[in-house]
Amino acid sequence: MGPEPFSRRTFLSAAGLAGLSVPLLAACGGDDSGDSGGSAETVTIEWWNIATTEPGKTLWPKLAKEYEAANPNVKIKFVATENDAYKAKMTAQTASGKLPDIFHTWGGGVLKQQIDAGLVKDLTKDVAPWLGTLLPISLEAYKFDGKTYAVPFDIGMVGFWYNKALFTKAKIDKPPATWAELIEDVKKLKAAGITPMALAGKEKWPGHYYWAYLAMRIGGLPALQQAATSNDFTGPGFVEAGRRLKELADLDPFQRGFLNASYPSSDGQAAQMGNGKTAMELMGQWAPSVQSDAGKGLGDDLGFFPFPTVDGGQGAATEVFGGGSGHALSKDAPKAAVDFLKWFASIDVDRRLVESKGYQPVVKGAESALTDPNLKIVNQTLGSATGFQLFLDQAFPPAVGQEVNDSVAALIAGKSTPEQVTQKITQTAKSQ
Amino acid sequence: MALSTLKDGQSEDAVAESSAGSAASGRATRRRRRWNRLTIILFLLPALVLFTLLVLVPILIALYASFFRWGGFGLPSDFVGLDNFTRLFQDEVFLGDLWRGLVLILLSIGIQLPFALSIAVLLNQRLRGRAFYRLLFFAPYVLSEVITGVLFTMIFSPDEGLANHLLEMVGLGHLNPTWFADESLVLFTLFLVMTWKYFGFHMILYLAGLQSIPKEVLEAASIDGAGSWQRFRHVTLPLLGPTIRISIFLSVIGAIQLFDLVWVITQGGPVHASETMSITLFQFGFKRYQVGYASAISVVMFVISFVFAIFYQRYVMRRDTEGAVTAMRGLR
Repeated sequence: MGPEPFSRRTFLSAAGLAGLSVPLLAACGGDDSGDSGGSAETVTIEWWNIATTEPGKTLWPKLAKEYEAANPNVKIKFVATENDAYKAKMTAQTASGKLPDIFHTWGGGVLKQQIDAGLVKDLTKDVAPWLGTLLPISLEAYKFDGKTYAVPFDIGMVGFWYNKALFTKAKIDKPPATWAELIEDVKKLKAAGITPMALAGKEKWPGHYYWAYLAMRIGGLPALQQAATSNDFTGPGFVEAGRRLKELADLDPFQRGFLNASYPSSDGQAAQMGNGKTAMELMGQWAPSVQSDAGKGLGDDLGFFPFPTVDGGQGAATEVFGGGSGHALSKDAPKAAVDFLKWFASIDVDRRLVESKGYQPVVKGAESALTDPNLKIVNQTLGSATGFQLFLDQAFPPAVGQEVNDSVAALIAGKSTPEQVTQKITQTAKSQ
Repeated sequence: MALSTLKDGQSEDAVAESSAGSAASGRATRRRRRWNRLTIILFLLPALVLFTLLVLVPILIALYASFFRWGGFGLPSDFVGLDNFTRLFQDEVFLGDLWRGLVLILLSIGIQLPFALSIAVLLNQRLRGRAFYRLLFFAPYVLSEVITGVLFTMIFSPDEGLANHLLEMVGLGHLNPTWFADESLVLFTLFLVMTWKYFGFHMILYLAGLQSIPKEVLEAASIDGAGSWQRFRHVTLPLLGPTIRISIFLSVIGAIQLFDLVWVITQGGPVHASETMSITLFQFGFKRYQVGYASAISVVMFVISFVFAIFYQRYVMRRDTEGAVTAMRGLR
């Protein structure tokens, strides 16, 4: 094991960022991953993930220990970082030109950028023998030009999670199927003195779900995908999506002080739901587990309904918006890391992930481990989906994704118009 | 060591000039001067190398990068001239950053520092348990910014926060503000936290300054018939001048570079209402990968801090730093 290769490029980009912020980079330094050694030699693989909430928080370190026990020559350095902090850390790490051996990825534009920078291992050959055991839809986000760059461990979708008891209290007998019904239900809930929706305004990404889903329902999935390539988001579907969202925001449906609420904290979006204070939230498949982690959890009172259709819109209710999570490897990751991914995507491990109720099955046959009725609905909706759109802040290049989040946040706060949102996103996309 | 060598060299210089007739002694002096220079260079070298590598080079690279549209990968190649800067000065968010920075600076100088000074004067009196109070008021400064941020996010939480409970207890429950979630209130709430966090530091500075004021001067003033306010206004305050000037300096530089506290509490929100230059820089550099543009922000931040530091030291702190920054004039 010689010294790490230290190219001029990595030096320059690291130095450039150091100019921006020396302490930040200094805080992220330090890695001692082993290169691929002989079979007898102990290999250390560094595994960066975001398992800081239950059930992953307990289960994952346990899995790492088990793998170490079964493979005595492999040591796993387990590094768990909170979601938002992880993204920031990875940005600095990517710019410095050195990624950890195994790292969490959502695929899409961010992964693409890391691939383009030559930092990610092409897994196509390594995973070819066993890729067929995985659900095809779960692999979508990690494929570029026919090559596979990551192995999924979770796949899911965003939809409305609602409190059945509060809906009953507001005399709503069934969940809304159209946007107009949703608006009516929000009014009913407000009239009954119940906060209709929980939103983490500080973090911005939960807000962009509304706009993205509305754009899918109104303009249709093809329009959204076309905008992503033409970089033109000024089409009528996008403006209309903004108008509908403004229509909702004008009803003041969110909890008090939502503009500075975070997602997982003890008074954040998930806790609002988990403690039965608000009636619904638009969130991914992980919502129930975070609700009971940040708050008490709703148990049988929790229900799920897909994002409603919009009258006159092009999109179908079966088109889903969401994403999954997977693990990618750094360019120079040792072979042991590939073996680990194979083990992690085995049906036994996947069943255990599913049983922990925090993840959706990605291995064929693992869905039988689903016990929660709501997660079964999510699984079935995904199974019968006619179209799939990855989270916009992951699918698009980072600058565009952040602009979507920022602009939509301003729209929800009443500081921006639907037209301004589409203009700003287009402007950022065109300048890429 | 270096300073005394310098002085020797200079006096030698004077001698050499006055006795210009003797060529032999001139040569000897030159040799010795050269030797002295070598010593200076030798001793300065390690620090100079580190400073160049860790401070000057990154600054220059950031300056270089600010002329490019650059995503942070590979070498910057898309030269755009001053585009990043023209874009910067049309960016509402960045112009807002400048305005908010100014507001925070004015609030700090107008409220935070006088508050710290009054507490310092108070704790400079004979007072039972004053060591305890000094420790108590200084404690927040020791706490990390992140812990402070999390703590006050909880205190100012709209529903369950301590702040609103307190308001309720004093009969102001109907106000029920949302603090950090309120665009018109967020900056002032943030200032409150900053004051809590940093006033103790300035208080310690002032205490040190106060203790260096000789008692005789104050006694003399008393004998001359000065009341306690007059003593403070005409004796203590002028003698505290150097401390106050350095405290203002640190406060301003701190406000310009404010980042961690804001990032933890609001991330600059709601809708940029508490965003600072450093937050904008971070957003573009580390979230949007627009490193060229972020470099331009860092360059502007650097220029603002640098120009302020130079002018402040040259014109305001002139007397205090005599012999350091403004040494040239004194030595000539």
